[in-house]
Amino acid sequence: MQDSTSSNTIDIASGDIVTCTIGNISLCGVYVTERNGMAVIKLDSGYNIGVSHQNCIVQEKHHGESAKVIHEVEQNPLLPCVSIISTGGTVASSVDYRTGAVTSKFEVQEILSLIPGLAKMAQFRSIQLSNILSENMAVSIWQEMAQAAYDEIQAGAQGVIITHGTDTMAYSAAALSFMLKTPVPIVFVGSQRSADRPSSDNIMNMLCATKTALEGPSEVTVVMHASTNDDRCAIHRGVRVRKMHTSCRDAFQSIDIPPLGYVSYPDLEISLRSENTDLEAKNDAKTELSLSLAMEERCGLVYYYPGASVDVLDAYQHYKGLIIAGTGLGHCSTEWVRRLGEMSSSGMVIVMVSQCLNGKVCNRVYDTGRDLLAVGVIEGGDMLPEVALVKLMWVLAHASGDEPRAMMQKDLVHEKNESSFVAWRGVP
Amino acid sequence: MKKGHEKGRDADDALGDAFDEEFNYGALGLKAGLEIHQQLNSKQKLFCHCPTVFREASESTHSCTRYLQATRSELGEVDKAALEEMMNVREFTYLGYDTTCLVETDEEPPAPLNPEAFEIALTIAKMFQMNIIPQVHTMRKLVIDGSNTGGFQRTALIAVLGQLSGGEVIETICLEEDACQRTPSGAFSLDRLGIPLIEIATAPCIRTPEEAYHVAAEIGMCLRSTGRVKRGLGTIRQDVNVSIAKGARVEIKGVQELALLSEVVRREVMRQVYLLEIRDELRDRGALVSDEDTPVDVTDLFSQSKSKVLKKADTVFALRLRKFGGLVGREIQPSRRLGSEMSDYAKKCGVGGLFHSDELPAYGVTEEDVSALFSRMGADPTDCIVLVADTKERCLCAMKQIVHRARLALEGIPKETRKFLDGGSSAYMRPLPGAARMYPETDVLTVDVSDEYVSSLPLPELLTDRSARYQKEFGFDDQVSRKLADSPYSLLFEELAQAGLKPELVMRTVIGTMKEVERKGVNTARISDGYIRSILFAVHEGTIAKEAIPDLLENGMDKQPGDFGSVSSVDADTLLMRAEEIVSERIAFVKERGMGSVAPLMGVIMKEMRGSVDGKRVNEAVSIAVEKALKE
Repeated sequence: MQDSTSSNTIDIASGDIVTCTIGNISLCGVYVTERNGMAVIKLDSGYNIGVSHQNCIVQEKHHGESAKVIHEVEQNPLLPCVSIISTGGTVASSVDYRTGAVTSKFEVQEILSLIPGLAKMAQFRSIQLSNILSENMAVSIWQEMAQAAYDEIQAGAQGVIITHGTDTMAYSAAALSFMLKTPVPIVFVGSQRSADRPSSDNIMNMLCATKTALEGPSEVTVVMHASTNDDRCAIHRGVRVRKMHTSCRDAFQSIDIPPLGYVSYPDLEISLRSENTDLEAKNDAKTELSLSLAMEERCGLVYYYPGASVDVLDAYQHYKGLIIAGTGLGHCSTEWVRRLGEMSSSGMVIVMVSQCLNGKVCNRVYDTGRDLLAVGVIEGGDMLPEVALVKLMWVLAHASGDEPRAMMQKDLVHEKNESSFVAWRGVP
Repeated sequence: MKKGHEKGRDADDALGDAFDEEFNYGALGLKAGLEIHQQLNSKQKLFCHCPTVFREASESTHSCTRYLQATRSELGEVDKAALEEMMNVREFTYLGYDTTCLVETDEEPPAPLNPEAFEIALTIAKMFQMNIIPQVHTMRKLVIDGSNTGGFQRTALIAVLGQLSGGEVIETICLEEDACQRTPSGAFSLDRLGIPLIEIATAPCIRTPEEAYHVAAEIGMCLRSTGRVKRGLGTIRQDVNVSIAKGARVEIKGVQELALLSEVVRREVMRQVYLLEIRDELRDRGALVSDEDTPVDVTDLFSQSKSKVLKKADTVFALRLRKFGGLVGREIQPSRRLGSEMSDYAKKCGVGGLFHSDELPAYGVTEEDVSALFSRMGADPTDCIVLVADTKERCLCAMKQIVHRARLALEGIPKETRKFLDGGSSAYMRPLPGAARMYPETDVLTVDVSDEYVSSLPLPELLTDRSARYQKEFGFDDQVSRKLADSPYSLLFEELAQAGLKPELVMRTVIGTMKEVERKGVNTARISDGYIRSILFAVHEGTIAKEAIPDLLENGMDKQPGDFGSVSSVDADTLLMRAEEIVSERIAFVKERGMGSVAPLMGVIMKEMRGSVDGKRVNEAVSIAVEKALKE
């Protein structure tokens, strides 16, 4: 509070019983917080109202914190062990009734009491890695996340669940896909509706993610609503998934491939894509757990647009690698081609992907494409732009000389399809 | 007191009146308060930009299915009412339309509070001289019966403490979003969800059933005076809070007809009085619901039963209610018994209902079945035995509920939210919710309300004042004036009268003809004011005859102003030409009758032109043509 009432507000604290004057009447309530210069009062009816601080008189000071009821849920030691790594985000959030903001909470007991049915599926360990909004995610946290998952698997976890804000969940899933080779499922999960509302998707997503952590493919996946209905979650491959809607439950979509499988709700039946023989083979011969965390952070992702100045590229001149999201088959202006050629010849690894998201880059059809190849730009195939960026960071930290160029063209962890799925187009 | 309890009495008739004469509301300590929910006629919904239109389920373009889960309040409590809904977790289906968006399906954060709806609500608050809340906070009110996709209803307290002309106190005015309506198939329709609703709560200052009616009528009149609220069945709903001194506060929801309001209050008092009588008798008898009387599996007794329900059921469970015999079947409201109350509680577990021995033998359950049941349960005739048939899990859940309700019968009247039943009785819905069901809607910003803004809002003329003015200005009688003032067309009427149209004609059209057209099954809501205006102007200018008005209105749904179809205006030359033709065709007749032929010939033309020309103009044209012919 900056105004003249500030002296008054100092005396009011959350929980104090106050009377406030509105018009010619006086109301009694509990002081909650300050909002936009007004005192927020909770009335007996449960309604909040905002009134000027000058019109509030404290009747009774609030003493001590009211005890919060936590309902202990018993864990069954006979069930398989699943670790939940929390990084914050909506799935484990609750409302801070003082500020009205949605904040993340994380205690295994809290999660178990929040998500009925969870305790019957597995016994859980929880690790609170960070509590950040997913837009504040950073490479260093990807590394901590991968390390934590590695430690948990080493300690015997039969599956790992990572709760994550949805905004950048796909980036983190891609990062862990490159950093970890895993013999057990690592499942990213989030929710699009905060947990404090009865319609939250957190319960269904969490239960389906747990099922996937127990019986799903041994790789990094994202498990979220498959449609607007509360009837099944899709299991997306961590390097082929993208948030495609700002707010819908089914925001996460597998791009250019079908999801790896589905978990139905509420019966939690898991069904994996039958043609994915590769997956079965992978599950048969258990992958050896390994971790390679290094990342080259001096990599960028640039979105080309008509008329974009080369100045944009100059900002990246000291970078080691650059992903260009080009138009259509993977194009940019002649000016850009020339400048990219110069950057490439000075040693920068430059990979072209497409803004179309669906389909492959092909730089052998039009002149511009052929020019790009001629100046040393690499075709990124059907890699998603964000996945290509994360891969480039990882590749540049793990290879040198000509190797990164070769690795960027190779499929390392199913991030790049050799053959495009014909049958998939438009079929849910 | 008359006996209204005889088993099987179908007592809708006269019971209300009888009881009205016999009960002294003052002595009983009747207190009632109203909550009036009125839909506002804003262009857009309260938290999205969708239109506030009603749709047919058959027009639905998409659907989705959801589950809802009760959440804990900030103190870690779960609302009692919400908990009870959770006993039977159900999948809800929602129907969407091309007039609903992602906000209604809970797939997108809400838009800011609709300023138009807010303005209407503040205007109404001002009419009742309420104290306006300086900063309005939108809250979420937990409702997990499926009627709201989010599991909560958004609501904001905007004003407190005001009064009606008679001094009755209005406690609060809230601006809320309306909920989904259930379709006959059981799905929830999203068209109504989000329509702005104003909730006006009176103090519990009502002392007689009639007063409830009068208070509601006055509030309704004030609301309609704004000209900005929705009209028609279902657009206004009354909830009534009723208690008597020895009873408890009960909220009865969803009374849609004003005329039934007094009856609802009457019947609730009746219910509480009779339940208290039952309680006293149970206590006198030494009735007891003990933990030892657990539900017993009696499936085998009914394996050959003639009752299809019992024979087909997975399991049948029985419960002995000691010394409840005869009281479970005693009527407490027309067609409602203590058994109905127990049944309502049991239904929360998903069972279809219950049988109780006070109503048996019946429904295919024979005398022999009953005695076998009593002997199995070790019961005697002073006891009542309750049966529930369903899966074991549901039966046991239902029995728990029945035990709960039976215990409450020994205590008195439970505090409840009840739903209105046709005729004025009510059924149990859920416990009265507490403050634990309210928490802040974090996705909607607060709205500051300045004194300047509130004073700038004009107050509408009250319908009662308007009606008096019509009597004076236009000489209409009291009844017509009142009807016109309360008609949704009163503003249109005034506009047209001011423009020089005949008030009588306009009045007859908007209150008389429109009513007739509506009776013929036309949805008059779909006839635009603009269309009506264009018809009346055309009549005024003589381009169409007033006889054409009913036809045009009957076909007027969704018509653009001026679109009169085949009923088009006929110009003077054409009219004269046709008149001359007819005269020459019937020249012998004209010569014979002279000017006396005008009237019959007019009839021919009027029939031909089906009211598209004013009779006066036809008369002129035919007269000219006849005169001309007679001169020749």
